[in-house]
Amino acid sequence: MEAYLRFANDNLWGELWPELSLCLGALIVIGINLFSKSSNFHDRSGNFAILFQFLLLLIHLFDYLLLRHTFDRHSFSGMIKHGMHEDIMRSFFLLSSLIVSILAQSFLRVRKLRIGEFHHLTMVATAGLMILCQTQNFILFFVALETVALCFYPLVAYNRECAKGLEAGIKYLIFGALSSALLLFGIVLLYGVGANPEAWGAITPTVGQVDGFSFSALYHLLSENPNHLLLKAGVVLIISGIAFKIGAAPFQIWVPDVYHGAPMPVTAFLAVSSKAAGFFVLLNLVNGPFAGMSDFLLPLLGFVATFTIFFGNLAACSQKNLKRMLGLSGVAHAGYLMVAVMASMILPGSSDRAVWILFFYLFTYLLASFAVFGIMGIANVSDDAEHEFSDYEDLAKKKPWAAFSLVVGIGSLAGIPPLAGFIGKLLLFSVAFETKLYFSLTAMVIGVVISIYYYFGWLREICFHPRPVFEDDEPSHDSWLGSENSGLIKTVILSLVVASIVLGIWQGSIGDAF
Amino acid sequence: MNFDTLLLLGSIIIPVIGSLMFFLGYPKNDDLLKKVGYLIFGFPFLAGVILFLKFESSDGYCFELLYDRMGLQELGITFHLGLNGVSSPLFAMAGIVGFGAGLAAIHSGNERLHLYLGLLAFMLSGLMGLFASVDLFFYYLFHEFALIPTFIMIGIWGGRDRRSIALEITIYLTLGALISLGGLVALNVLVDAPKFDFPHLSSALAEVAILDSTAQKVFGLLLFGFGILVALFPFHTWAARGYDAAPTSVSMLHAGVLKKFGLYGLIQIAVPLLPDAAFSWSPWLMWLALGNILLVGMVAVAQTSFKSMISYGSVMHMGYCFLGIGACSTLGIGSAVMLMCAHGLSVALMFLLASYTYKRTNTFEMSEMGGLGERTPLLACFCIAATLATIGLPGFGNFWGEFGIFLSLGESSNHLTFLIIAALGIILSAIFGLRAVSRIFFGEESKELSIEVEKSKLTDLTKTELLPASLILSALLLIGFWPQSISTRIDQEIDRRYSSLDGIMSQGRPACCPVDDVQSNENSNPTE
Repeated sequence: MEAYLRFANDNLWGELWPELSLCLGALIVIGINLFSKSSNFHDRSGNFAILFQFLLLLIHLFDYLLLRHTFDRHSFSGMIKHGMHEDIMRSFFLLSSLIVSILAQSFLRVRKLRIGEFHHLTMVATAGLMILCQTQNFILFFVALETVALCFYPLVAYNRECAKGLEAGIKYLIFGALSSALLLFGIVLLYGVGANPEAWGAITPTVGQVDGFSFSALYHLLSENPNHLLLKAGVVLIISGIAFKIGAAPFQIWVPDVYHGAPMPVTAFLAVSSKAAGFFVLLNLVNGPFAGMSDFLLPLLGFVATFTIFFGNLAACSQKNLKRMLGLSGVAHAGYLMVAVMASMILPGSSDRAVWILFFYLFTYLLASFAVFGIMGIANVSDDAEHEFSDYEDLAKKKPWAAFSLVVGIGSLAGIPPLAGFIGKLLLFSVAFETKLYFSLTAMVIGVVISIYYYFGWLREICFHPRPVFEDDEPSHDSWLGSENSGLIKTVILSLVVASIVLGIWQGSIGDAF
Repeated sequence: MNFDTLLLLGSIIIPVIGSLMFFLGYPKNDDLLKKVGYLIFGFPFLAGVILFLKFESSDGYCFELLYDRMGLQELGITFHLGLNGVSSPLFAMAGIVGFGAGLAAIHSGNERLHLYLGLLAFMLSGLMGLFASVDLFFYYLFHEFALIPTFIMIGIWGGRDRRSIALEITIYLTLGALISLGGLVALNVLVDAPKFDFPHLSSALAEVAILDSTAQKVFGLLLFGFGILVALFPFHTWAARGYDAAPTSVSMLHAGVLKKFGLYGLIQIAVPLLPDAAFSWSPWLMWLALGNILLVGMVAVAQTSFKSMISYGSVMHMGYCFLGIGACSTLGIGSAVMLMCAHGLSVALMFLLASYTYKRTNTFEMSEMGGLGERTPLLACFCIAATLATIGLPGFGNFWGEFGIFLSLGESSNHLTFLIIAALGIILSAIFGLRAVSRIFFGEESKELSIEVEKSKLTDLTKTELLPASLILSALLLIGFWPQSISTRIDQEIDRRYSSLDGIMSQGRPACCPVDDVQSNENSNPTE
């Protein structure tokens, strides 16, 4: 009885209030949808979702910024860890899902898709992502990951009348299942050895109990047996599973197809939230349970990072479709972020500089990506999947504010000063130099130069005069006539843009963390 | 914050404010637009000239302004403005050329004039900031400020092939900028000075010795990064094509001022901080510089279009600046700074005059212009003066620069080969410069010109055209007849900073760093 009481006291449900209220909100959204009669009410469920997430974000920021709940603490028998880094990731996901909801609202309305279910799925996925980043145990890890994945499968195929969307949904399902299988196999291998180390010829760690699921126990096991073959295989499989999620080579094949077919807000959600979660998890793993194997992991990750950077950038150059191009450029960004992960492994344990740099990069990526995807979402193209360069011809004249936002967003992705993306890249360069990752650094520099080609190729269409129009030309479809012009979206996108510019010039006291 | 620092800050901020106003479409009235344009482009000019006159040579920087909470303070990056003996003449030069380019733009009658002026003002603010910043990070940042408008302006208002050229120039410049950024980051991380600016870096470097091999690598990064930005020989192809296609004001600002970024970086950062590495790289640099002078010079001779001839000529003359830096002596580097100032003015003037001739003849082909001099004597005068300046005849600033560089090459017996080959370059530039003048302004009137004359009456330079041209020309003449106006302060600054260099030169081998010791240490470490 005593033992159970101790467990029960450890279950601090209050610490999980953002996730719990998010799930509650998701249920209310679906409830509003269910019990309302006219389609009018569907809009209302969307508005509720936006307002709810906005308030939640505000309260959460207040909670950890003002009340300073920033020290590290564990709950649920050590399955969940709360702390500053985890809280920052939580607000990152809340912000991202709020923006996705706002972008989706008019997108869904224009295309006459169901509204309530979309918000329900994004909110549940976000709750899953938030748990995923705090977990310290592989059981919970896998459950959270599958929650997220199950929400993403229907989201990717949300537009059921779009053939490309269905194709993307199937592809995402198959590749997602494959990655889960790899991950699960890796977890099982670690668990198998961890449960009975001697049977597999490994040394039983002297500290702590042996539990093949808990991160802290695995840390001891792996650091005692850094050369054990089964453990190595398990670690590689787990990292492969995560590489699928973040779209790192050689597991990036699904990225262009899925980005291509998914509805625009979902593409943005995938690009930002899903990738950020993957990186934070990777960071947690390589600095937590896998820290003992860093001699083995560093060359592996270095190879993956370099390969990812080159593959993403070179493949993006030849793309005609903008969503595919953005997907592949996202692959390249995954490569850059991988360098930050490697740097965090090399820097001594007390310094979390690389982690802060990773956060800064993720936030700048969020600002820039949502600005770009937001503008693409309001374009009035006949098929959402087919965004071509030509749709953006001379946008600067047709819609100056949209063109300006796109220019800033793309510039920030490309890392052009004075935008926030440049500061992110600069910090990455500096930390890579400090940790002597010269090879990856060179790959990054070359990658950035290659990326100028496709990013500026797009800018060229936006800013410069189009080809002269001849009389016998077929009348071209103008994608910007009658495009959605909702005030809320405009405000959100412009504030993202302003944040991108301000963070590029002035970081204020955030900079003390670097 | 006193009046002078306000002027310095204002020369950066006022163009930005102006450009925002232009972007939003204000002022709507055309007359008012012109007046506001004069103000916005005039302010950096006035600030540059006033600060140039008020500058007092002292140890280090004048008119300093420091704000250290910009955000990257942990990396030692602060917002730090100030002028020293090398930057103050360049700052004034940027102001003068910027005003000239601004005036040319205001009266250019381009379509979408608001956007054009806005981008140009933005570019100008970057140029002023570049020479005014002490902090190396902001020095780099302001360079990029100026670069982005270049891309857009070439793309929108450029000439033939503008779309592909705009992309080409951006890729080249980003490559150069990123390589030099790599070098700067390396310096930042290796030296770990409390502040990422020149004085702190050099004092920190005096304490922490960088291994010779590392220093060589870092210098190589800086050399080729900055070199690409200045169109050093094998990486020069973007420059001439770019200037050829760019609208006049952009060519003036880019070829005249922005391209000096790389040279300025080499002179202010790379060579004084890593003198031994500079010395060992110098043969490479000199051979490449000869490539600029001879090969690009010959390409310039082959041009038939006036504007491309000027573009190739400007790339060619960068070779002399590189030679001056490669000479690794106080005299050579001081003369290179002088040539930078003079070249910035003269090349801007040439581009300006080229656009005036184009306005009258509707072509850049020199063979179709023949005999223009009779109809437009004033334009011919200016053009001849600018050409003579470019060639480097006494009386213009370029002469002192090139003369000093040749002297510095002659100082050392190692450099005699370079001296002889480089002197041949003078002949090349005389060939293409004088031949262009004779083709355009003298001889019989060409058929094409007579057709143009029939269509519209050819007028000589108007008042609005005369103003920027005479402004730039008088600055050139001032340096030419009274070189001391800038040479004293350049000399003091360089002397103070390069005291170790002359020692290296006289011994023919790195003096202040005992190479053998360092290498033996390196070798012995692993065995311990």
